[in-house]
Amino acid sequence: MSESGAAEPEEDDAGRRIASEARERVRFEEEALELADQVYRVARRMVGTREEAEELVQDTYARAFRSWRSFTPGTNMRAWLLRILTNLNTDRGRKIQRTPDSQPLEESDYYLANRLAAVEGEQALEQEQVVERLSQGGVVTALADLPHDFRDVVVLVDLGEFSYAEAAQILDIPIGTVMSRLHRGRRILKQTLAEETLS
Amino acid sequence: MSDADCEKCEQLLQGYLDRDLTDAEVAVAEGHLNACDYCKRRYRFEAHLRRYIRTSASERMPAGLMAKLAELRGPTVEGL
Repeated sequence: MSESGAAEPEEDDAGRRIASEARERVRFEEEALELADQVYRVARRMVGTREEAEELVQDTYARAFRSWRSFTPGTNMRAWLLRILTNLNTDRGRKIQRTPDSQPLEESDYYLANRLAAVEGEQALEQEQVVERLSQGGVVTALADLPHDFRDVVVLVDLGEFSYAEAAQILDIPIGTVMSRLHRGRRILKQTLAEETLS
Repeated sequence: MSDADCEKCEQLLQGYLDRDLTDAEVAVAEGHLNACDYCKRRYRFEAHLRRYIRTSASERMPAGLMAKLAELRGPTVEGL
């Protein structure tokens, strides 16, 4: 901002600009807050505890409110917020896990269905309730047990209902990587569910 | 119907449910599913499973969090 004595009309202009920017910011904040529950639901499954999830969401909103100008109106704000959130989560220095590729995984996509059919009978697969054989707690545990690279993708796509392209943008990885982690992650998840709940 | 057809159908399962197949692949999957109860049941199961996972793992935001987030907002327009 120039120090030179500005004429009055210019000061009015500046005042109007400030007020209009403030209104824009308030609109941004309100839109962001409307998404808080959806952001939390994704965050909750990316970290171990409710407290961590709350903290992560608060850090995300603190950063989002500070850097709201870098959001392009009309683009996907939920994806933009999740991008901040996953970056912060990575910055928190997650423990290095063993490389997921070294985990044995030979089972097929039909593995869980086959295991259930073996226990409940082939016809049971026709019924929607058969999935309830897997406890809700078992699902949460199986998700938590996924290596985090896989979990992030599964959580974004299967819980957050983001597209492959959006997940790629949020995590800053190629779309092909999203697909392979997603497919593999879902398979690990089903294998864990089968082992934890059916054995 | 051969095991190879079921195997091919199984490979298309995830892409099919994600709506990420080409028209030709969709035709292959649906052609097989129309004739194979074994695969049809497994596709249906997978669709139910996905919905179950989504609802089971989805946890609503804790009551007090919204107020904490609102506190992080900038000054109100009136306050400027």
